[in-house]
Amino acid sequence: MIKVRIPTPLRPLTKNQGEVDVTAGSIADLVNTLEASYPGIKARLCDDSGELRRFVNIYVNEEDIRFLKGKDTALKSGDEVSIVPAIAGG
Amino acid sequence: MELTESEIQRYSRHIILQDVGGKGQLKLKRAKVLLIGAGGLGSPAGLYLAAAGIGTIGLVDGDVVDLSNLQRQIMHSTATLGKPKVESGKKTLSAINPEITINAYHQLVDAENILPLVSQYDIVLDGSDNFTTRFLVNDACFFAKKTLISASMFRFEGQLTTIKPHAGYPCYRCLYPEPPPAGLVPNCQEAGVLGVLAGTMGILQASEAIKEILGTGETIADKLLIYDALDMKFRKVGRPKDPACPLCGSNPKIKDLSMDYTVSCTI
Repeated sequence: MIKVRIPTPLRPLTKNQGEVDVTAGSIADLVNTLEASYPGIKARLCDDSGELRRFVNIYVNEEDIRFLKGKDTALKSGDEVSIVPAIAGG
Repeated sequence: MELTESEIQRYSRHIILQDVGGKGQLKLKRAKVLLIGAGGLGSPAGLYLAAAGIGTIGLVDGDVVDLSNLQRQIMHSTATLGKPKVESGKKTLSAINPEITINAYHQLVDAENILPLVSQYDIVLDGSDNFTTRFLVNDACFFAKKTLISASMFRFEGQLTTIKPHAGYPCYRCLYPEPPPAGLVPNCQEAGVLGVLAGTMGILQASEAIKEILGTGETIADKLLIYDALDMKFRKVGRPKDPACPLCGSNPKIKDLSMDYTVSCTI
């Protein structure tokens, strides 16, 4: 089981849950699994070509997947995934 | 430059701290800090930086005080409704500490005016409310080699990091390579923001600025702090330097401020 932290802007899609548990072997897998449970979330994370958007960061534990293997970054049970979008409010 | 008798008294609780002392307080007095945005983040940061004895504080903001600002922008008051935020802020900060200099710039920052402005200061705090300004401020501080303390917020969530690529750390574009296109991210006006969150994040910015000036403590330049006020959780994630960064990477594409910074973050 992997714990996924959902940021405030995406919580309307997860019935306001700040954390959801999923089973997934990679980030790509995780995105598809989330989409199956919470339709619409994939479009917020990925662009039309399926690539992760450049203003949304995904961390496995404390590491940014852009500096790991991107969407192919492997996940194992017990990992914590954080979705962190750029925010601009001041 | 020395501390006067009244300054020694005013800052006595700083001066007895081992990590500040008389020398540290003099560093604060000599320091020049620019606040981009005199709103939710700039207000609490400005209040504490003024109280702490930062010798020169610049306030830059093109807006006037609106009634809907007062839920979080504590530098302003009902009495200053309709006045330029920088004038309202200057009045408040001067009342707290008349020993310091406050420069008010009633203007929006843009690619033309930002470099001369930033160059006059040692440290910049970004408390702006849009991605256009955030990317512009990052790039300007990179070219001017100024340390930037960046905070932002959305509803119940805040983010904070220190940006100093001139000291080998990543820039804002290493963290977020591109701003969101129009329509994907609502702004504060449309999304709402917990007023007190502005206080938390702005004061953390002020704290990091003071540490930078004193040269003490741990920097957050290689981390991103994420604060969730609802869950009462502070989390830090890693923030590595991107070797392919278009600004601070080894083969930069951005060499000046001539690009089009305009992005809309409204729905």
